[in-house]
Amino acid sequence: MDSIPVISEPLAERMARRRDSAYPALWDLLDQVKDPEIPVLSLWDLGVLQDIVVADQTVLVTITPTYSGCPALREMQQDIDSVLIAAGYAKVEIATQLAPAWSTEMISEKGRQQLLDYGIAPPVSRRGQPICCPRCASPKTQLISQFGSTACKALYCCEHCAEPFDYFKCL
Amino acid sequence: MKDKQDDLINYVIALGDDSLILGQRLSEWCYHAPFLEEDLALANVALDFIGRAQMFYEYASQLETRVLKENARSADQIAFLRDTRDYRNLLIVELPIGDFAFTMARQFTVDVFNQLYLQQLVNSTDSTLAAIAGKAIKETDYHLRRSQEWMLRLGDGTDESHQRMEKALKELWGYTAELFTMSAYETALLRDGISIDRTALCSDWRKIVTELLQQATLKVPSDEWQVTGGREGLHTEHQGDILAKMQYLQRTYPGLEW
Repeated sequence: MDSIPVISEPLAERMARRRDSAYPALWDLLDQVKDPEIPVLSLWDLGVLQDIVVADQTVLVTITPTYSGCPALREMQQDIDSVLIAAGYAKVEIATQLAPAWSTEMISEKGRQQLLDYGIAPPVSRRGQPICCPRCASPKTQLISQFGSTACKALYCCEHCAEPFDYFKCL
Repeated sequence: MKDKQDDLINYVIALGDDSLILGQRLSEWCYHAPFLEEDLALANVALDFIGRAQMFYEYASQLETRVLKENARSADQIAFLRDTRDYRNLLIVELPIGDFAFTMARQFTVDVFNQLYLQQLVNSTDSTLAAIAGKAIKETDYHLRRSQEWMLRLGDGTDESHQRMEKALKELWGYTAELFTMSAYETALLRDGISIDRTALCSDWRKIVTELLQQATLKVPSDEWQVTGGREGLHTEHQGDILAKMQYLQRTYPGLEW
């Protein structure tokens, strides 16, 4: 029954929040904001963007940091701010939320595909699944280092095509 | 009520100090690690600890704001503008990085402790501490996976790596006792389920560490000596040195921003 698509609970909750939101235009607007380290992936698809509400003419955006020390967080906040200001929203507040902790299960299906297209192997969704080479799709790959070029990635090498590649770690 | 608030602020800052000082120590390896992948790994782990410190200090700053209003310190002020005696970190994290064996031996003993500690802290009645722990524990799992691998590789490696590892363990062993020593403010918060009973973690820690050291063909050092004092601000001579380097920029150009 491997073919039944299953999405994680935190992702389902986030999708429901967006679907039922009174501000669909704001969500669409913020789709422009990409991860500074992986510029093909929007904050929504990465699972960082949690909620958007408007109160007293202020746009309140809630985001959740990926890794505790992720240096991209400040840049994400600035990017959200400037996109909203440019669209005419004068007052913007950005709150960071720690719980529920961000996990790779919050990445959307589209986001996983975008990671793969960008040359980063997406996090495996089930324990024991092989990590496949993003270039030749071979499951014969080897861990080089648990810690890669950024906090969220590990370094792997493909034994089939011999290319080194980044793997987005499960968190 | 006010005392309780003070205890909580002290506790949160102490947890932040443990993370910041260890993160700062690890970052000293940047550009100096034995090979590129290890350089990246050490910098990544350092960043996790500095990020953890930031979460604790942000929370401490919020707590101070409730009491002191506009006189409360910001997270950056807490991190950069205190003197040696005001830091509450455990002594084990301030020790110099030594050789690679010492860095990994310290990391391993602290990682095992952190895993046990954070597993409890996620159940703290303080929801912010529980949330920080929930984030941190996932990172610690990765840290431990790597540090225990190095213990095995160096302990059960060449004569020289084995001998360096045993020397490192012997040098830091007396500092591990402090991991399980309760400060007055931690004890005071225990009743409300905010803090964690460190003493109760000791037997599990010993079991895990002993098993891995045996597997790595390393001797468990004997408990000949013990030092404590970090939680009361009584540090080794190394604390001043690390702060001088870490605080230099903010002390020289107060309020400077990136």
